[in-house]
Amino acid sequence: MIVRIATEGQYEVGEGDVPALEQLDNEAVAACEAGDEQRFNDTFTRLIEFVRDKGQPVPEDRLDPSDVIFPPADVSFEEAKAEFSGEGLIPG
Amino acid sequence: MPGLSGRMSTVIKAKISKLLDRAEDPSETLEYSYQKQIELLQNVKKGIADVVTSKKRLQLQEQKLRDQVVKLDTQARQALAAGNEDLARTALERKNVAQTELQSLDSQIGQLEQQQEQMTASEQKLRAKIEQFRSRKEVIKAQYSAAEAQVRISEAATGVGEEMADVGLAMQRALDKTENMKARADAVQELEAAGTFEDLTQLGAGEDDIDRQLRELSSGSEVDAELARMKVELGTGSKSAGELGAGGDAAAPASQPAEAEQAGPSQGQAP
Repeated sequence: MIVRIATEGQYEVGEGDVPALEQLDNEAVAACEAGDEQRFNDTFTRLIEFVRDKGQPVPEDRLDPSDVIFPPADVSFEEAKAEFSGEGLIPG
Repeated sequence: MPGLSGRMSTVIKAKISKLLDRAEDPSETLEYSYQKQIELLQNVKKGIADVVTSKKRLQLQEQKLRDQVVKLDTQARQALAAGNEDLARTALERKNVAQTELQSLDSQIGQLEQQQEQMTASEQKLRAKIEQFRSRKEVIKAQYSAAEAQVRISEAATGVGEEMADVGLAMQRALDKTENMKARADAVQELEAAGTFEDLTQLGAGEDDIDRQLRELSSGSEVDAELARMKVELGTGSKSAGELGAGGDAAAPASQPAEAEQAGPSQGQAP
């Protein structure tokens, strides 16, 4: 699966690592919805580290679109909340 | 995948389709997309130049402040040597403000350097994608039938479009941060230009954290401590300051307990 960390780049993440990534993603959303900034920051940092750690950077001359895109690593809690405000979460 | 990534993907994909919807037939999509890529690359270059300009400006300001710190320190010493403690205190307060400002400038310059690196990396990545797109564009034009070409074009355009949207986002974030710093740098420079940096009492309420820091510092013990240090330093040269006499007296009794302590262990060893 190709995962992009916005403003950073694309990583190829093995299928075996996808469930763990989904788990972290859901935790980050839950923390965000609960208004728990500390927990959001912790979880989101772990998520980004997970992608950087488990993923292989996609070569620059490949032109494939990403399967999923995560917000930038330096996203603030306010920005993350804004992603969900109004329309709420977009289902899968 | 739902969640953060789902939302983010949707936002980016909406941007891409907006980007590509403009053209109607495949070859037009190709040319339009390519033209947009080149424009974006130019913008990234401009953005990098912007960040570099801001950084240079902050570095200039930093140098001025360093000079000011040295100058104010000298002035404080001169005032103290002339017996004008109030003046010395004022000079030290100003020096403290300048030092605080220096620290903040340091970290801002560091941030700008990071942004410059990040944008340069983005530029290189985008350049590689554009190059790839360009060669694929020629292949598609030459080798595929209209129906096939449409599919291939849409794939390639989506890939490069995502990179474009992402570079656009990176640039926007970097420039937002730079704007904030510029605004602050402008405020400081205005203060300097108006001479208000020389006269701290003119910095009234309603300003940013510089003012808060100013107020904290002017009443702070840092200035007292530095003044005391300076007095001791200067005092060793001239005996005119009254407090120094007391310091000399205090030193004398201190040698007696030290002698008593030395005697201690030898007594303990005797039995």
